[in-house]
Amino acid sequence: MTDPKIDEATGVSTMGHEWDGIEELDNPMPRWWLWTFYACIVFAIGYCVAYPAIPLLHSSTKGMLGWTSHNQLAAETAKAEIARASTTAALAKVDIATLDPHSPLMQSAIEGGRAAFKINCAPCHGSGAAGSKGYPNLNDDDWLWGGDRATIHQTLLHGIRQPGDDATRMSQMPSFGRDGILTAEQIQDAVSFVRVVSHQERSSASSARGTVLFAANCAPCHGADATGNRQVGAPNLTDAIWLYGGDRETLTATLTNARYGVMPAWGAKLNPATINMLTAYVHSLGGGE
Amino acid sequence: MNAPVPKLPGGGLYARRKAIFPRAVDGFYRRLKWLVMAVTLTIYYATPWLRWDRGAYAPNHAVLVDMAHRRFYFFAIEIWPHEFYYVAGLLVMAGVGLFLVTSTVGRAWCGYACPQTVWTDLYVHIERAIDGDRNSQFRLNNAPWTLAKISRRVLKHSAWLLVAVLTGGAWIFYFADAPTLARDLFAGHAALIAYATIAILTATTYVLGGFMREQVCLYMCPWPRIQGAMLDERSLIVTYKDWRGEPRSHGTKRSESVGDCIDCQACVQVCPVGIDIRDGAQFACITCALCIDACDEMMTKVGRPRGLIDYATLEDCKAEAAGAEPVPVRRTLLRPRTLAYFAVWAGIGAAMMFTLQARTHLDLSVAHDRNPLWVRLSDGSIRNAYTIKIRNMESRPRAVRLEMAGLPGGVMWDSASDSDAGATAIDIEVAPDQVDEHRIYVRAQGGGDEAAPFTFTLSANGKDHLLVRKAARFDRPEISR
Repeated sequence: MTDPKIDEATGVSTMGHEWDGIEELDNPMPRWWLWTFYACIVFAIGYCVAYPAIPLLHSSTKGMLGWTSHNQLAAETAKAEIARASTTAALAKVDIATLDPHSPLMQSAIEGGRAAFKINCAPCHGSGAAGSKGYPNLNDDDWLWGGDRATIHQTLLHGIRQPGDDATRMSQMPSFGRDGILTAEQIQDAVSFVRVVSHQERSSASSARGTVLFAANCAPCHGADATGNRQVGAPNLTDAIWLYGGDRETLTATLTNARYGVMPAWGAKLNPATINMLTAYVHSLGGGE
Repeated sequence: MNAPVPKLPGGGLYARRKAIFPRAVDGFYRRLKWLVMAVTLTIYYATPWLRWDRGAYAPNHAVLVDMAHRRFYFFAIEIWPHEFYYVAGLLVMAGVGLFLVTSTVGRAWCGYACPQTVWTDLYVHIERAIDGDRNSQFRLNNAPWTLAKISRRVLKHSAWLLVAVLTGGAWIFYFADAPTLARDLFAGHAALIAYATIAILTATTYVLGGFMREQVCLYMCPWPRIQGAMLDERSLIVTYKDWRGEPRSHGTKRSESVGDCIDCQACVQVCPVGIDIRDGAQFACITCALCIDACDEMMTKVGRPRGLIDYATLEDCKAEAAGAEPVPVRRTLLRPRTLAYFAVWAGIGAAMMFTLQARTHLDLSVAHDRNPLWVRLSDGSIRNAYTIKIRNMESRPRAVRLEMAGLPGGVMWDSASDSDAGATAIDIEVAPDQVDEHRIYVRAQGGGDEAAPFTFTLSANGKDHLLVRKAARFDRPEISR
């Protein structure tokens, strides 16, 4: 550039380009702008020294303050734990079965249980606790082992069919077909009977034969009237709720091979407060007794 | 740059602020300004302390912005957050009101009522009380920094800061109980946000009123630029009647060939914006009318008629110059444009008053549980759950009745109740001025529509019988037994 062009009106040299008669003046940066710019540079240097900033091959510089997002999360979690420490302590000690259902502590327990349920229970029972085939719906009024808070608490603590846990829920239905206790025809007759008592079929010759078979083979656990027995976890066969299904095919499979659902003994994995919270939450879903 | 460059006349694009020392003046408009200042400042400082009885369940502050509970109280009116459009309506009214005022009496807002004008005026008077009038202020400004000057400056800034603190201090009383907050403030255990707000408003008042003054109007405020479009030939503005004043005479050398203006500079000296009104209508003029007072005083002294500088419309000025009689000011108030503005302004106000009177103080919202949509019970019936919110906008507890209709065999019960017996109506006691939330279970037979419509109705009995109806849906499994 040889001779900078000077704008006549202002006496400032131009940048050398123009469009349609409009030229850009080569004015210096405003002072406030420059000082802000310098301040930003100083801040950036300080920031790079204090915080993780410069990428290296496998990691990055650590920064003098030692800040990490993990640390921050841990610190905030710890702060939250402290904030609710008194509630958690109270929930760990309380007897959830006799706690006043309208007390603030029960409300805390239900809300805490709502969160704990999403983490621990939702994979099987579903986020809305509606269950699915083989996994009980916790919203309804049908319970295998009982729906009062003490029973739910016990089930949560010790689980279902957990080896090594003496107090675990254990029900043993024989595999009537596979073990040759009943013939295939007899199983069909028993299925007919079950479908009659659950109001899915009209009585027939098959169901009449099934009545006898039921009394001999099934009534000890499911009861003479087929309404089940919570002591041994035998389901009520006369109601509208089926864990695996009430159709002929599913019932045949159930009688032939039996079903052995399992649930972890959460007492070994979760603290007493969380067990109490889950108890309160499950009981609050609408079917609690 | 090598070549010497010619400089812009005036030395660049940046103009330094010239210090303005407005001279004291007395007259009709000055007194009017005193009155407006007294009224506006009284409103500002006294309002938070006014009381208004709303019964036992609501605060008794006449005006309160209750951020914590999300309520706004204005005398008999209580606004909830969902009714914020009333505030928007007020802002629209304020906007149209500015148009209305500007098209009739010009920039009366700028000249008399704008907080910037009122507080600057207050600051100017404090300055005058301490430093003396224009001339002594000028002398003091140029004087060396003697002990006397320093003590005066300290006194002045202390007084300014005191006013600034009081200004910020009054603001926060609109957001809390004033007597309690005042005690807490002095005891030092008010909320941090209260002190922060005072600090910020103290700073802005001190800077805007003490230092920036007319620069706020000239450079920061958009209104002077907008009002250029609002004013017309028939808007009242402060005008120098050049046909009467020119050519100016100086002092005693008066004759028939000169105008009434004696070029005494009184109008310039009293101007808080530092302009010369004789240059004609200009955007910097805030129409405070102090130059009218100053000029009238002078005209009386030299035995000429008042009103060389006066409120007038441009149209009237032309007519007057041509020899017509002066037009009464009230004529400018009534014309199609101002009437149209007034109609819009009043229309919005009337509509807001109507909706405010007609609004319901009870409301119901229904949210269907979606996970799960339905639950099958052991007897084959189906249960749905709904989260119901009852909004009681009255400042008293109310007994309301929630009923369901249109669902064959359907019954409901509150999840919080100990019984699930079910009924088609539930009586609920709603707390005053609150939204009550209930989880309602509804049970109906298993067979039927996959999505059966029905309604919830909410009624409050008594002399103010009210009914709110909300549609709801009852879901069932796709294939029912």
